[in-house]
Amino acid sequence: MGILDKHKIIETNATLLLIFSFLVVTIGGLVQIVPLFYLENTIEEVEGMRPYTPLELAGRDIYVREGCYVCHSQMIRPMRDEVERYGHYSLAAESMYDHPFQWGSKRTGPDLARVGGRYSDDWHLDHLRDPQSVVPESVMPKYGFLEATLLEGEHIGDVMATNSFVGVPYTEDMLAAATTDFRAQADPDSDFDGLLERYGENVNVRNFDGQPGVSEADALIAYLQMLGTLVDFSTFTPDASR
Amino acid sequence: MNKKDDDLDYETTGHEWDGIKEYNKPLPRWWLWTFYATIVWAVLYTIAYPAWPGIREATPGLLGYSTRAEVVDEIARFEAANSEINAQLASVELTEIVNDPELNQYAQNAGSAVFRSWCSQCHGSGAAGVQASGYPNLLDDDWLWGGDIEAIHATIAHGIRNEEDPDARWSQMPAFGEILAEEEINQVVNYVMSLSGEPQDASLVAAGETVYLDNCAACHMDDGTGDRWQGAPNLTDAIWLYGGDYDTIMETVVYSRFGVMPPWTERLSEAEIRAVATYVHGLGGGEAPAE
Repeated sequence: MGILDKHKIIETNATLLLIFSFLVVTIGGLVQIVPLFYLENTIEEVEGMRPYTPLELAGRDIYVREGCYVCHSQMIRPMRDEVERYGHYSLAAESMYDHPFQWGSKRTGPDLARVGGRYSDDWHLDHLRDPQSVVPESVMPKYGFLEATLLEGEHIGDVMATNSFVGVPYTEDMLAAATTDFRAQADPDSDFDGLLERYGENVNVRNFDGQPGVSEADALIAYLQMLGTLVDFSTFTPDASR
Repeated sequence: MNKKDDDLDYETTGHEWDGIKEYNKPLPRWWLWTFYATIVWAVLYTIAYPAWPGIREATPGLLGYSTRAEVVDEIARFEAANSEINAQLASVELTEIVNDPELNQYAQNAGSAVFRSWCSQCHGSGAAGVQASGYPNLLDDDWLWGGDIEAIHATIAHGIRNEEDPDARWSQMPAFGEILAEEEINQVVNYVMSLSGEPQDASLVAAGETVYLDNCAACHMDDGTGDRWQGAPNLTDAIWLYGGDYDTIMETVVYSRFGVMPPWTERLSEAEIRAVATYVHGLGGGEAPAE
């Protein structure tokens, strides 16, 4: 049996066994992971994706902090029932600026990948305050404290810089105006032209929670109302081979 | 590798440590062959389905499987199966749907599915609405913008007070807190309460009527029965969108209300909108078409 007879060498030499085990795991990892970085049919470029605005990014951090991903997925699978209920199946590119992604693995609540624009801000506010007031059968906890917690946005520039460090293309301009943009998006009376110039005309500028100041509810609702709305699917032609 | 041990009847593996020998107890044949079969299966599977990474793309697999193509096919299959009745539903006169038993049954069922996916979050899974938030009850026969099938269809298609659809139903009650004196508001709230029940302070009702006729009657009509053209609610029927107690009516008069509904033409097909209109119309409060 040739080489198979020599296993005694590695069985009696722990360091050698460790080295060989590591080699085997490395090869397996390389074969599974590396192609995802270069294969053309795993990297689909779509129009419309942009980095999150400072307010949306703050909302996303609240989404992560409160563990929304534990019960809500953000991943519409390519299956008829999901596409009919939630909308177009999710594309990999739609999570390209998520660090980390929020695909989730469990749906106690509905998928949120395309919740943006589906409900009014008032509905979201009612629903965060007391989910059972609008959906009696819901088991979601109450998040009324979000609207009472005001944010200054003084650290949002640092959060953006960190995202930038891992590859999100925030420009110098975006980083410099982080706190201004953060406040402008929740205040329709402010001068938000710069915000729209930097992030696009489709950014929602509203007082999301209807109350003065920028609260955590403002940030979270701004994030939710953006989810799944960035890619314009009327101009998207899916490549069936992907 | 296998060596017969002279002293024993068992075969050993030939391994020996300090005189201790290892028996060779091979795996059961059936287990081993099942194991080999899974390896063969795995190799065949990677040939049949997309698997091996290449330079630019992965091997597509001999079966040509694609999750995206599959979901498109499946949706197309269901659409084709329903296309005839959907086309009929989208083209027939709205008022005729209820007269065609087959079409009506289809619209009711399809409409209830649409309702649960898209409407129940505000109007409730049982369509009873949420009074605390001002989401209307669709089970009763009180309609803000009209309750015949045409009116319900128009409301669903274009929505209410939204920016997206230029044909959205639109009206806006002024916030009278900035227009009337506190005393006048107190009077008119008592008058409005008296239209369908007991006012909080009966002595203010007469004065409230004057305030009402000067400020409210243009939309809610002299007798308080409202005006569906403007979505002005009937104030005499003891059915309240936000609540009929003193404090709630006071809040409505002082701050006004601004309930919104999105337009659905962008998200739903005409057949789906007609189906859910038929479903809502059939919930109990649907009115006969206007003559």
